[in-house]
This record gives sequence, C-alpha cells and structure tokens, in this order.
Amino acid sequence: MTWVLGNLSLIGELLLQHLYFAIPPIIIGLVLAIPLGWLANRNTVLRSTLLNVSGLLYTVPSLALFVLLPPLLGTGILNPANVIVALTIYTVALLVRTVADGLDAVPSAVVNSATAMGYTSLRRFISVELPMAVPVILAGLRVAAVSAISLVTVGAVIGFGGLGKMFTDAFQRDIPAETIAGIVLVLLLALAVDGLIVLIGRALTPWTRVGSAVGRPA
Amino acid sequence: MIEFRGVTKRYPDGTVAVDELDLEVEAGRITVFVGPSGCGKTTSLRMINRMIEPSGGTILVDGKDIMAGDPAELRRGIGYVIQQAGLFPHRTILDNIATVPLLLGWNKADARKRAAELMETVGLAPEMAKRYPTQLSGGQQQRVGVARALAADPPILLMDEPFSAVDPVVRESLQEELLRLQGELGKTIVFVTHDIDEAVKLGDKVAVLRVGGKLAQFDDPGHLLARPVDDFVDNFVGRDRGYRGLGFRSSAALTLGELPTVTLGEKPARHAGWVLVVDADGRPQGWLNTAESAADGPVGHEHLVPGGSLYDVGSGSLRSALDAALSSPSGVGVAVDERGAVAGSVSADDVLRVLDDARRDDAA
Repeated sequence: MTWVLGNLSLIGELLLQHLYFAIPPIIIGLVLAIPLGWLANRNTVLRSTLLNVSGLLYTVPSLALFVLLPPLLGTGILNPANVIVALTIYTVALLVRTVADGLDAVPSAVVNSATAMGYTSLRRFISVELPMAVPVILAGLRVAAVSAISLVTVGAVIGFGGLGKMFTDAFQRDIPAETIAGIVLVLLLALAVDGLIVLIGRALTPWTRVGSAVGRPA
Repeated sequence: MIEFRGVTKRYPDGTVAVDELDLEVEAGRITVFVGPSGCGKTTSLRMINRMIEPSGGTILVDGKDIMAGDPAELRRGIGYVIQQAGLFPHRTILDNIATVPLLLGWNKADARKRAAELMETVGLAPEMAKRYPTQLSGGQQQRVGVARALAADPPILLMDEPFSAVDPVVRESLQEELLRLQGELGKTIVFVTHDIDEAVKLGDKVAVLRVGGKLAQFDDPGHLLARPVDDFVDNFVGRDRGYRGLGFRSSAALTLGELPTVTLGEKPARHAGWVLVVDADGRPQGWLNTAESAADGPVGHEHLVPGGSLYDVGSGSLRSALDAALSSPSGVGVAVDERGAVAGSVSADDVLRVLDDARRDDAA
C-alpha cells in the first residue's frame, strides 16, 4: 500500500497508457467485425472461411505477433501501432463469430417481414438485423474487451507501456507490492470496461427487459 | 387489379410450386387463395410483391409489370401481413406501425401520428403505443400487424395466413374485424389460408389450388359450395357444404309467418302451445310452453325456455333462417328486424321451398 501511495502519478500514467493501447482495438475491432460477420452470415462457404481464418489468427501467441508485426507493417519495434493492430486482430477474431451468430439468430420471419415492408437490404441490416443482434454481439464484446485489456500487459515484456510495466518492473526490482497492485488494477480496469459495455447494452436494448404477455387474454 | 398471366414458379431442383397460373384479382375485393399444403398458395401470394420471383409468366398490378421497377419500392406500396405478425421485437408498437411511412420518407412526427390513428382503426388501446410486441397477446400482435400493413394506405394488402396462429375465438373476432375494416377501406386484398371455412367466410372470390400449383376452381364462395368443379374441390370444400352453401343464398324471397307473442309480466292465453316471450320493446327473451307450464299468473324470466339463434331479416341468409328454425325449441324460427324486435316466424319448410325455387331458377 505504501508503494502504491508513493507511486500514484506513475500508476496514473501507466493506466492511461493501458487504456490508450486497449480501447482503440476494442472499438476498431467491433467496427471491422460487423461487416465481416455480415459477410459470414451471407453464405456457408464465406462463413466457414472467415470463421476458420479468425480462429487461426486467435491462436497466434500475442508476443509473437508483437514481434512479427513491425516488419510486416514497416513500423519500428516500439511503435504503439503494433500493439493496437495486434489487439485489433484478436478482437476481430473473437467477434466475427459472435456477430455472425447474432445475425443468424434474428428470426427469419422478422427479416422477411422487413423485406416485405420495403426495406433495402442495407437499411434492413442497419435498422433491423443489427439492433436485434446487439444482445449477442455485446456478450461477445465483453469477452473481447476483457481479453484485450489483459493482453496489453504482454506488450510490456518487449518494452511497451501500460500496467504490464508494473509486472516487469516488480520482477526486475523485486517489489511484490507492485505485482499485486498491477493485478488489482488490471482487474479493476477490466471490470470497469465490462460494466460500461453492460450499461451501453441496457441503453440500446430496452426491449429485452420487458415482461411477456404469455397467458394474457387477447 | 392484379393479373396473373401464365405465372409459373419452378425451383432449380425441378419442383413446380406454381404451374401456369392465370387469374385476375379484382380491385377493392377480397380474393382468397386456399388449398392443401404444397399447392403454391403462399408462393403465388409472395410473387405479387416479389418476395419470390416468378420463373415464367407475368404479374401485372394495375396493368404494370411488377418486374419493371425496384422491388423495395414496389413493396412499400403493398401492405403485407404474415402469420404471427412478424413484428419487430426491438421497436415499440407505435414505431412498428410507423415503419412504412418512415421508409417512404415521412418525418417522424407525422409517421407516429398516422400510427396512432391506425391503432384506433384496428381497435388497439392508446396505452399500448409504448409497449413492445412481446408484451402483447397473439391477437393484439396480429392487429398491430394489420395496422402496420395499412400505415401508408396501400391500395393492395397481402395477407399470408395471418390468423392461423391464434385461438379460434380470437381468430373469429379478427375475421369479423377484417370484414368491418374492408367495408370501410375497400382494399384489394389477397388472403392466403388453408382453412376453407375462413376462405368462404372472408372471400368475395376464392381460388382453390391443388398440389403442384394448379388452379382447380376460381369462383365466388356460394358457387364453390354449390357446384365444385371436380372431386378434388368437392373433397376440399368438405362436409356440410350443402348446408354451408345456404349462407350464400339470399333470403329475400322468404315470407314471414305470424308468431304468437306475450310480453314479460303479462298473462299468456291458456293452451296456446309455444308462445314467444318478448320485452317491452318487442325483443325476444325466450319461449314459453303454455301446454306444460304450471304458471298461471304473469310470465317471468323463471318460466322461459332459452330460444335458438335469431334470423336477421335485413342481412340474413337462408342459412341463418334455417338455423333459426332448427335451433328453436318450438320448431319455429324467430325473425327479427334491424332493431332486434320480432318481425315474424320462419319455418324449415319455408326455407326449403325458397331454396327449391332458387335452384330451379339457377337451372333455367
């Protein structure tokens, strides 16, 4: 605790860095996963290709990806873009399946009736299919967000900032309090982001929380 | 008017869902497509708004080939109601109904105002506006479905087995409601059902389709019941078609007989047999058998035997006249006028005589 109190400004700085690495991949990953999930939901060949590729990408170890990306992207080894791109890849890999599943779960009667009302397919996707897939997509997003926040710490091994730096530092200088503080902070950060997603979800889906009329007379 | 000209739907695997369909759907009337499953009735309906594209032939709406324009635009001009309503679960009732006006580019306030009007038209309480579809019963959802289809005031309404998922009592009230609405709106309605009773009840014209997508008979319901063209239609139309056919025969030629009545609280004549007991306004309350009744004083409710169905002189058919006679405890049917007051009596013999004459005229 004394370590924490004595290093508040350092902790604050690392926390901000951590967010800087973790938040953009979550948002960019979601934005990219939506059209990919839509494509995966279009036909079975696309679906199995996209899902296999994304499953494969997710198995690449994060440390390896941090090292592999700089030559591929033409960036310097410590360019923050490396972390952001790597984590975006993981987020997309996790979310493509979720988005595809969420869209697949929209009842075909609803999709058909939207078509019959005169929706063009793009407009139907944006105003009917996507909103109805939100509960499933957000469930996946919660997993992806927590995973991104935790993966940022790995970047510290090769010298990126973020809360992971507390682990490397604690290891090198033998400060157990710093390790514990780091774990607690990553945990709290993950919980906070997860809670934020839940709140956004509630605001977006008031219709999922209403009672049903089962047994109510006509 | 909707015109099918040699319309065929053949799937890549060779299945023929609709085979060379030629048919004219009259403007402002209800045309019902009915048949067993696999007869192509739903396919035929869905080809009208291009939810399914025909593989041969032409469909004309008011003389225009439906394949000429943009399908989304065509669909915005055609109301569509499906089984279990197909409502958007993520939108409130009001916004569900406002869907097509919004697609047509109305501003939100106008679209919602229109939606609120339609809720009233289809008999939904205003407090339902802010609810979501899952909070409504099946019958209420179906009303929302009809309101949504009517929102942009399309001249054509396609209804794909809209009432088949609700219970019989609710279904009957929805059918009555549809007929009432149609009386006010006069839309060109194409209605698909597998239920022949629903077809003859709602249809101005009924198209009976057989498996393989061939049109078996296209007729008004009275003719369909009276003269099915072949065994398939005969079987499909089902039992009691003679009796049900009476529902489409006018009772205008029926003459009413005298009916002995006594007003509640008065003393009936002795040994008069069955007399009808009426209230002060002449409306039937029940029957009294003076031969059996021990009562000697004024007639009270406790002496009454419940009556049968009533035959409404103004809007009745031979079926309701016959049913009135058959269901009456006295064997004599009660005819009432538009105010519900007793207009006279009707007997089964009278009905059969009128039917006989009508059939002789048909044959001539």
